[in-house]
Amino acid sequence: MSGASDLDVGPAAEARAAALAILPVVAAAAPFGLAIGTLATQAGMSVLEITVMSATVFAGSAQFVAVGLWTEPAALGTLVLATLIVNLRHVLMGAALAPHLRRFGRLRGAVALFAMADEIWALALRRGQTRPLTPVFYLTMAAILWCTWVSATLAGAALGAAIEDPAVYGFDFAFAAIFLTLLAGLWRGGRTAWPWAAAAGTAVVVDWLVPGAWSIFCGAVAGGVVGFLRGGRA
Amino acid sequence: MTDLWSVDGWTLLVIAAMAGVTYASRVTGVLLVRVVPVSGRLAAALEAIPGSVLVALIAPTVLATGVAESAAALVVVVLAFRGPPILAIVAGVTTVVALRAIGL
Repeated sequence: MSGASDLDVGPAAEARAAALAILPVVAAAAPFGLAIGTLATQAGMSVLEITVMSATVFAGSAQFVAVGLWTEPAALGTLVLATLIVNLRHVLMGAALAPHLRRFGRLRGAVALFAMADEIWALALRRGQTRPLTPVFYLTMAAILWCTWVSATLAGAALGAAIEDPAVYGFDFAFAAIFLTLLAGLWRGGRTAWPWAAAAGTAVVVDWLVPGAWSIFCGAVAGGVVGFLRGGRA
Repeated sequence: MTDLWSVDGWTLLVIAAMAGVTYASRVTGVLLVRVVPVSGRLAAALEAIPGSVLVALIAPTVLATGVAESAAALVVVVLAFRGPPILAIVAGVTTVVALRAIGL
Protein backbone atom coordinates (compact mmCIF):
# COMPACT_ATOMS: atom_id res chain seq x y z
CA MET A 1 0.00 0.00 0.00
CA SER A 2 1.42 3.35 -1.03
CA GLY A 3 1.40 6.09 1.56
CA ALA A 4 2.31 8.88 -0.82
CA SER A 5 0.37 11.94 0.30
CA ASP A 6 0.68 13.63 -3.10
CA LEU A 7 -1.76 11.03 -4.35
CA ASP A 8 -4.38 12.19 -1.85
CA VAL A 9 -6.16 14.87 -3.80
CA GLY A 10 -9.22 15.51 -1.65
CA PRO A 11 -12.67 13.99 -1.11
CA ALA A 12 -14.24 15.46 -4.27
CA ALA A 13 -11.62 13.85 -6.49
CA GLU A 14 -11.95 10.59 -4.53
CA ALA A 15 -15.73 10.59 -5.05
CA ARG A 16 -15.31 11.31 -8.76
CA ALA A 17 -12.80 8.48 -9.14
CA ALA A 18 -15.18 6.14 -7.28
CA ALA A 19 -18.12 7.05 -9.52
CA LEU A 20 -15.99 6.39 -12.61
CA ALA A 21 -14.75 3.06 -11.23
CA ILE A 22 -18.23 1.76 -10.38
CA LEU A 23 -19.84 2.84 -13.69
CA PRO A 24 -19.31 -0.44 -15.63
CA VAL A 25 -20.60 -2.39 -12.61
CA VAL A 26 -23.73 -0.19 -12.45
CA ALA A 27 -24.40 -0.81 -16.14
CA ALA A 28 -24.02 -4.56 -15.65
CA ALA A 29 -25.93 -4.79 -12.35
CA ALA A 30 -29.04 -2.80 -13.36
CA PRO A 31 -30.41 -5.51 -15.72
CA PHE A 32 -29.92 -8.10 -12.98
CA GLY A 33 -31.78 -5.90 -10.53
CA LEU A 34 -34.68 -5.71 -12.98
CA ALA A 35 -34.50 -9.48 -13.43
CA ILE A 36 -34.54 -10.32 -9.71
CA GLY A 37 -37.52 -7.99 -9.21
CA THR A 38 -39.45 -9.67 -11.99
CA LEU A 39 -38.55 -13.23 -10.95
CA ALA A 40 -39.40 -12.54 -7.30
CA THR A 41 -42.93 -11.32 -8.06
CA GLN A 42 -43.44 -14.38 -10.26
CA ALA A 43 -42.32 -16.54 -7.32
CA GLY A 44 -45.01 -14.96 -5.11
CA MET A 45 -43.17 -12.15 -3.33
CA SER A 46 -44.68 -8.68 -3.24
CA VAL A 47 -42.94 -5.63 -4.75
CA LEU A 48 -42.17 -4.33 -1.30
CA GLU A 49 -40.81 -7.65 -0.03
CA ILE A 50 -38.23 -8.14 -2.78
CA THR A 51 -37.23 -4.47 -2.58
CA VAL A 52 -36.64 -4.86 1.16
CA MET A 53 -34.56 -7.96 0.42
CA SER A 54 -32.38 -6.10 -2.08
CA ALA A 55 -31.92 -3.22 0.36
CA THR A 56 -31.01 -5.36 3.37
CA VAL A 57 -29.29 -8.47 1.95
CA PHE A 58 -27.56 -6.66 -0.95
CA ALA A 59 -25.99 -9.81 -2.40
CA GLY A 60 -26.94 -10.61 -5.99
CA SER A 61 -25.95 -14.25 -6.20
CA ALA A 62 -27.50 -15.15 -2.82
CA GLN A 63 -30.72 -13.39 -3.81
CA PHE A 64 -31.01 -15.22 -7.14
CA VAL A 65 -30.55 -18.53 -5.34
CA ALA A 66 -33.13 -17.55 -2.70
CA VAL A 67 -35.72 -16.45 -5.25
CA GLY A 68 -35.13 -19.71 -7.12
CA LEU A 69 -35.90 -21.63 -3.91
CA TRP A 70 -38.80 -19.39 -2.83
CA THR A 71 -42.00 -21.11 -1.66
CA GLU A 72 -45.20 -19.92 0.00
CA PRO A 73 -44.69 -19.76 2.93
CA ALA A 74 -40.92 -19.28 2.70
CA ALA A 75 -38.74 -22.13 4.04
CA LEU A 76 -36.58 -20.42 6.66
CA GLY A 77 -33.99 -23.19 7.16
CA THR A 78 -33.45 -23.87 3.45
CA LEU A 79 -33.09 -20.19 2.58
CA VAL A 80 -30.72 -19.38 5.44
CA LEU A 81 -28.54 -22.40 4.65
CA ALA A 82 -28.42 -21.53 0.94
CA THR A 83 -27.52 -17.93 1.77
CA LEU A 84 -24.77 -19.13 4.08
CA ILE A 85 -23.24 -21.41 1.43
CA VAL A 86 -23.36 -18.76 -1.28
CA ASN A 87 -21.81 -16.17 1.03
CA LEU A 88 -19.09 -18.32 2.60
CA ARG A 89 -16.54 -16.74 0.25
CA HIS A 90 -17.13 -13.38 1.96
CA VAL A 91 -15.19 -14.64 5.00
CA LEU A 92 -12.05 -15.01 2.87
CA MET A 93 -12.75 -11.77 1.02
CA GLY A 94 -13.16 -9.82 4.26
CA ALA A 95 -9.87 -11.21 5.59
CA ALA A 96 -8.09 -10.05 2.43
CA LEU A 97 -9.68 -6.58 2.54
CA ALA A 98 -9.14 -6.05 6.29
CA PRO A 99 -5.75 -4.24 6.04
CA HIS A 100 -7.32 -1.62 3.75
CA LEU A 101 -10.18 -0.93 6.17
CA ARG A 102 -8.00 0.08 9.13
CA ARG A 103 -8.45 3.80 8.64
CA PHE A 104 -12.27 3.53 8.38
CA GLY A 105 -13.19 3.61 12.07
CA ARG A 106 -15.97 1.58 13.67
CA LEU A 107 -19.15 3.00 12.12
CA ARG A 108 -17.85 3.51 8.60
CA GLY A 109 -16.17 0.11 8.75
CA ALA A 110 -19.47 -1.52 9.73
CA VAL A 111 -21.30 0.21 6.87
CA ALA A 112 -18.51 -0.68 4.44
CA LEU A 113 -18.80 -4.37 5.34
CA PHE A 114 -22.59 -4.29 4.91
CA ALA A 115 -21.97 -3.16 1.32
CA MET A 116 -19.16 -5.64 0.58
CA ALA A 117 -20.64 -7.11 -2.59
CA ASP A 118 -18.16 -8.92 -4.88
CA GLU A 119 -17.74 -5.97 -7.22
CA ILE A 120 -17.28 -3.40 -4.44
CA TRP A 121 -14.75 -5.65 -2.75
CA ALA A 122 -12.77 -6.22 -5.95
CA LEU A 123 -12.67 -2.53 -6.89
CA ALA A 124 -11.71 -1.53 -3.34
CA LEU A 125 -8.82 -4.00 -3.29
CA ARG A 126 -7.65 -2.82 -6.70
CA ARG A 127 -7.71 0.79 -5.48
CA GLY A 128 -5.86 -0.18 -2.30
CA GLN A 129 -2.96 -1.53 -4.34
CA THR A 130 -2.08 1.79 -5.94
CA ARG A 131 -3.03 4.28 -3.21
CA PRO A 132 -4.60 4.31 0.26
CA LEU A 133 -8.26 3.23 0.16
CA THR A 134 -10.32 6.10 1.59
CA PRO A 135 -13.78 5.83 3.17
CA VAL A 136 -15.01 8.43 0.66
CA PHE A 137 -13.93 6.27 -2.30
CA TYR A 138 -15.39 3.07 -0.86
CA LEU A 139 -18.66 4.51 0.44
CA THR A 140 -19.31 6.49 -2.76
CA MET A 141 -19.01 3.30 -4.79
CA ALA A 142 -21.20 1.46 -2.29
CA ALA A 143 -23.91 4.15 -2.23
CA ILE A 144 -24.13 4.29 -6.03
CA LEU A 145 -24.36 0.52 -6.42
CA TRP A 146 -26.83 0.16 -3.55
CA CYS A 147 -29.16 2.80 -5.05
CA THR A 148 -28.86 1.12 -8.47
CA TRP A 149 -29.59 -2.34 -7.08
CA VAL A 150 -32.57 -1.27 -4.95
CA SER A 151 -34.19 0.96 -7.60
CA ALA A 152 -33.66 -1.63 -10.36
CA THR A 153 -35.24 -4.30 -8.15
CA LEU A 154 -38.20 -2.03 -7.43
CA ALA A 155 -38.61 -1.20 -11.12
CA GLY A 156 -38.34 -4.84 -12.19
CA ALA A 157 -40.89 -5.94 -9.59
CA ALA A 158 -43.34 -3.08 -10.20
CA LEU A 159 -43.19 -3.11 -14.01
CA GLY A 160 -42.81 -6.89 -14.27
CA ALA A 161 -41.22 -8.89 -17.07
CA ALA A 162 -38.90 -6.01 -18.03
CA ILE A 163 -35.89 -8.23 -18.53
CA GLU A 164 -36.47 -11.84 -17.65
CA ASP A 165 -33.21 -13.23 -18.97
CA PRO A 166 -30.27 -10.80 -19.03
CA ALA A 167 -28.17 -13.51 -20.73
CA VAL A 168 -29.95 -12.84 -24.04
CA TYR A 169 -28.25 -9.44 -24.21
CA GLY A 170 -24.85 -10.61 -22.95
CA PHE A 171 -25.24 -8.90 -19.56
CA ASP A 172 -24.31 -12.13 -17.83
CA PHE A 173 -20.92 -12.00 -19.52
CA ALA A 174 -20.40 -8.39 -18.44
CA PHE A 175 -19.60 -9.58 -14.91
CA ALA A 176 -17.04 -12.08 -16.18
CA ALA A 177 -15.52 -9.30 -18.32
CA ILE A 178 -15.37 -6.87 -15.37
CA PHE A 179 -13.69 -9.48 -13.17
CA LEU A 180 -11.22 -10.35 -15.95
CA THR A 181 -10.09 -6.72 -16.25
CA LEU A 182 -9.65 -6.61 -12.44
CA LEU A 183 -7.62 -9.82 -12.61
CA ALA A 184 -5.36 -8.26 -15.23
CA GLY A 185 -4.59 -5.59 -12.63
CA LEU A 186 -3.90 -8.18 -9.91
CA TRP A 187 -1.54 -10.24 -12.13
CA ARG A 188 1.95 -10.67 -10.61
CA GLY A 189 3.46 -13.36 -12.83
CA GLY A 190 4.31 -16.73 -11.28
CA ARG A 191 3.33 -15.52 -7.83
CA THR A 192 -0.29 -15.37 -8.94
CA ALA A 193 -0.21 -17.98 -11.72
CA TRP A 194 -0.12 -21.08 -9.48
CA PRO A 195 -2.85 -20.07 -7.00
CA TRP A 196 -5.06 -18.92 -9.88
CA ALA A 197 -4.56 -22.16 -11.82
CA ALA A 198 -5.55 -24.11 -8.70
CA ALA A 199 -8.58 -21.87 -8.17
CA ALA A 200 -9.71 -22.21 -11.80
CA GLY A 201 -9.27 -25.99 -11.93
CA THR A 202 -11.00 -26.54 -8.60
CA ALA A 203 -13.89 -24.20 -9.46
CA VAL A 204 -14.56 -25.87 -12.82
CA VAL A 205 -14.49 -29.38 -11.34
CA VAL A 206 -16.62 -28.50 -8.29
CA ASP A 207 -19.11 -26.58 -10.46
CA TRP A 208 -19.40 -29.66 -12.67
CA LEU A 209 -19.93 -31.95 -9.65
CA VAL A 210 -22.23 -29.68 -7.59
CA PRO A 211 -23.61 -26.78 -9.62
CA GLY A 212 -24.03 -23.71 -7.44
CA ALA A 213 -22.02 -21.62 -5.08
CA TRP A 214 -19.64 -24.23 -3.66
CA SER A 215 -17.31 -23.82 -6.65
CA ILE A 216 -16.47 -20.23 -5.66
CA PHE A 217 -15.63 -21.09 -2.06
CA CYS A 218 -13.68 -24.26 -2.94
CA GLY A 219 -11.76 -22.48 -5.72
CA ALA A 220 -10.84 -19.63 -3.38
CA VAL A 221 -9.67 -22.07 -0.70
CA ALA A 222 -7.59 -23.99 -3.28
CA GLY A 223 -5.91 -20.74 -4.37
CA GLY A 224 -5.23 -19.80 -0.75
CA VAL A 225 -3.75 -23.24 0.01
CA VAL A 226 -1.38 -23.01 -2.97
CA GLY A 227 -0.40 -19.49 -1.88
CA PHE A 228 0.26 -20.85 1.62
CA LEU A 229 2.37 -23.76 0.34
CA ARG A 230 4.44 -21.57 -1.97
CA GLY A 231 4.86 -18.91 0.72
CA GLY A 232 4.97 -15.98 -1.70
CA ARG A 233 7.57 -17.45 -4.09
CA ALA A 234 7.24 -16.61 -7.79
CA MET B 1 -51.13 -12.75 -7.30
CA THR B 2 -50.93 -11.27 -3.85
CA ASP B 3 -51.23 -7.54 -3.29
CA LEU B 4 -48.13 -5.88 -4.77
CA TRP B 5 -47.38 -3.73 -1.76
CA SER B 6 -48.38 -6.16 0.98
CA VAL B 7 -45.78 -7.36 3.45
CA ASP B 8 -46.02 -10.71 5.15
CA GLY B 9 -44.54 -10.96 8.66
CA TRP B 10 -43.01 -14.40 8.13
CA THR B 11 -41.45 -13.31 4.82
CA LEU B 12 -39.91 -10.29 6.53
CA LEU B 13 -38.46 -12.56 9.20
CA VAL B 14 -36.91 -14.83 6.55
CA ILE B 15 -35.45 -11.80 4.74
CA ALA B 16 -34.03 -10.50 8.02
CA ALA B 17 -32.41 -13.88 8.68
CA MET B 18 -30.87 -13.86 5.19
CA ALA B 19 -29.58 -10.34 5.77
CA GLY B 20 -28.12 -11.39 9.14
CA VAL B 21 -26.30 -14.40 7.68
CA THR B 22 -24.95 -12.28 4.82
CA TYR B 23 -23.72 -9.55 7.15
CA ALA B 24 -22.09 -12.12 9.42
CA SER B 25 -20.23 -13.61 6.44
CA ARG B 26 -18.91 -10.17 5.51
CA VAL B 27 -17.78 -9.24 9.03
CA THR B 28 -16.27 -12.58 10.13
CA GLY B 29 -13.15 -12.43 7.97
CA VAL B 30 -12.25 -8.93 9.13
CA LEU B 31 -12.71 -9.88 12.80
CA LEU B 32 -10.69 -13.09 12.34
CA VAL B 33 -7.55 -11.37 11.06
CA ARG B 34 -7.74 -9.02 14.06
CA VAL B 35 -7.50 -12.01 16.42
CA VAL B 36 -5.12 -14.22 14.43
CA PRO B 37 -1.72 -12.64 13.70
CA VAL B 38 -1.07 -12.63 9.96
CA SER B 39 2.48 -13.13 8.70
CA GLY B 40 4.65 -15.53 6.71
CA ARG B 41 2.75 -18.25 4.88
CA LEU B 42 -0.62 -17.12 6.18
CA ALA B 43 0.06 -13.69 4.64
CA ALA B 44 0.99 -15.38 1.36
CA ALA B 45 -2.28 -17.34 1.49
CA LEU B 46 -4.30 -14.18 2.13
CA GLU B 47 -2.48 -12.43 -0.69
CA ALA B 48 -3.45 -15.25 -3.06
CA ILE B 49 -7.12 -15.20 -2.10
CA PRO B 50 -8.46 -12.05 -3.85
CA GLY B 51 -7.38 -13.21 -7.31
CA SER B 52 -8.45 -16.77 -6.50
CA VAL B 53 -11.98 -15.64 -5.57
CA LEU B 54 -12.32 -13.75 -8.84
CA VAL B 55 -10.87 -16.67 -10.83
CA ALA B 56 -13.22 -19.12 -9.11
CA LEU B 57 -16.20 -16.82 -9.78
CA ILE B 58 -15.58 -16.70 -13.53
CA ALA B 59 -13.80 -20.00 -14.30
CA PRO B 60 -16.94 -22.05 -15.00
CA THR B 61 -18.26 -19.31 -17.33
CA VAL B 62 -14.97 -18.70 -19.09
CA LEU B 63 -13.60 -22.24 -19.37
CA ALA B 64 -16.57 -24.59 -19.38
CA THR B 65 -19.59 -22.87 -20.96
CA GLY B 66 -18.88 -22.62 -24.66
CA VAL B 67 -16.75 -21.25 -27.48
CA ALA B 68 -18.43 -17.83 -27.36
CA GLU B 69 -17.59 -17.26 -23.68
CA SER B 70 -14.01 -18.54 -23.93
CA ALA B 71 -13.25 -16.49 -27.07
CA ALA B 72 -14.78 -13.33 -25.59
CA ALA B 73 -12.77 -13.84 -22.39
CA LEU B 74 -9.58 -14.01 -24.46
CA VAL B 75 -10.54 -10.72 -26.14
CA VAL B 76 -11.07 -9.10 -22.73
CA VAL B 77 -7.75 -10.33 -21.30
CA VAL B 78 -5.72 -9.18 -24.33
CA LEU B 79 -7.34 -5.73 -24.33
CA ALA B 80 -7.22 -5.35 -20.52
CA PHE B 81 -3.41 -5.42 -20.61
CA ARG B 82 -3.33 -2.75 -23.31
CA GLY B 83 -6.05 -0.15 -22.77
CA PRO B 84 -8.76 1.17 -20.46
CA PRO B 85 -10.88 -1.55 -18.75
CA ILE B 86 -14.18 -0.18 -20.09
CA LEU B 87 -13.06 -0.79 -23.70
CA ALA B 88 -12.10 -4.37 -22.86
CA ILE B 89 -15.48 -4.96 -21.16
CA VAL B 90 -17.52 -3.54 -24.06
CA ALA B 91 -15.46 -5.49 -26.61
CA GLY B 92 -15.94 -8.69 -24.60
CA VAL B 93 -19.72 -8.31 -24.29
CA THR B 94 -20.00 -7.42 -27.99
CA THR B 95 -17.97 -10.50 -28.90
CA VAL B 96 -20.09 -12.83 -26.78
CA VAL B 97 -23.35 -11.43 -28.19
CA ALA B 98 -22.04 -11.74 -31.78
CA LEU B 99 -20.73 -15.29 -31.32
CA ARG B 100 -23.94 -16.44 -29.59
CA ALA B 101 -25.96 -14.91 -32.44
CA ILE B 102 -24.16 -17.12 -34.98
CA GLY B 103 -24.78 -20.12 -32.78
CA LEU B 104 -21.40 -20.67 -31.13
